Amino acid sequence: MKAKIHITLKSGVLDPQGKAIQHALHGLGFAGVDDVRQGKYIEIELGEADQTRARAQLDEMCKKLLANTVIENYAIEIQA
Amino acid sequence: MKSAVVVFPGTNREQDAADALRLASGQWPAMVWHRETDIPNVDLIVVPGGFSYGDYLRSGAMAAHSPIVRAIAERAKKGVAVIGICNGFQVLTEAGLLPGVLMRNAGLKFVCRDVHLRVENAQTVFTAGYAQGQVIRVPVAHNDGNYFADKATLDRLEGEGRVAFRYTSPAGTLEDASNPNGSARHIAGVFNETKTVLGLMPHPENASDALHGGTDGLSLFQGLAKALG
Repeated sequence: MKAKIHITLKSGVLDPQGKAIQHALHGLGFAGVDDVRQGKYIEIELGEADQTRARAQLDEMCKKLLANTVIENYAIEIQA
Repeated sequence: MKSAVVVFPGTNREQDAADALRLASGQWPAMVWHRETDIPNVDLIVVPGGFSYGDYLRSGAMAAHSPIVRAIAERAKKGVAVIGICNGFQVLTEAGLLPGVLMRNAGLKFVCRDVHLRVENAQTVFTAGYAQGQVIRVPVAHNDGNYFADKATLDRLEGEGRVAFRYTSPAGTLEDASNPNGSARHIAGVFNETKTVLGLMPHPENASDALHGGTDGLSLFQGLAKALG
């Protein structure tokens, strides 16, 4: 199965890269952009057929390596 | 003082650290490759600067999960002194040996220049070569040095004397212009609970010889050599 993982900065954590993107968008004339938060997107192919076990493994992966939970949240989406 | 310097793919300041250690202690450190699972019996372990694993995923994140860092954590638990400099600081936070995280510099630029640091706690093996409140000049060279931790953690670090260094003006005052990366409360380096692990973004090893343009950093290694024998 395939898993899609979105990693985003927690609210309250400053995102200078997001701010720079916002300024660049304003520079391009997109005046309506009120805020930009950037993050990471990771796709994982997993040879595990059981959804529950897969989710548990992915959760562990996020906690141990993929996200730094001091500053980041993660969301796991599994495609059968 | 016997020491070891850990080398990852992408580490680039290991020789600078080795030079400073030899200058301060008279002995060359053991160089330990990241694939090793054991560390020689030493008094000090140095995780040097550089760009381990190309800063993939997050600075220090890949190195933090290598076998050698597990060995470092074991030693740290036994009270062996560990210092992480720049990327080494990032590795130690990612490994959970130090609190907080080093985020992208607030100015989004790689910063490479001399900074002034105020010694916030001189009562540790790492800072024994300095006086409390002393201001020193050492260089920084990093893209991700913006120290962040939640308010409760920052309060605890301050309350427990675990802030090692802060970025200040040459006179030792806290100015936004003297904070090169936006670090929370101007923090440049922190200790673990027992003050036997130090992480800092600036490079004391690169201010260890008159030819570097300053020797303020050498006192850190000399203090360690004196404290650790």
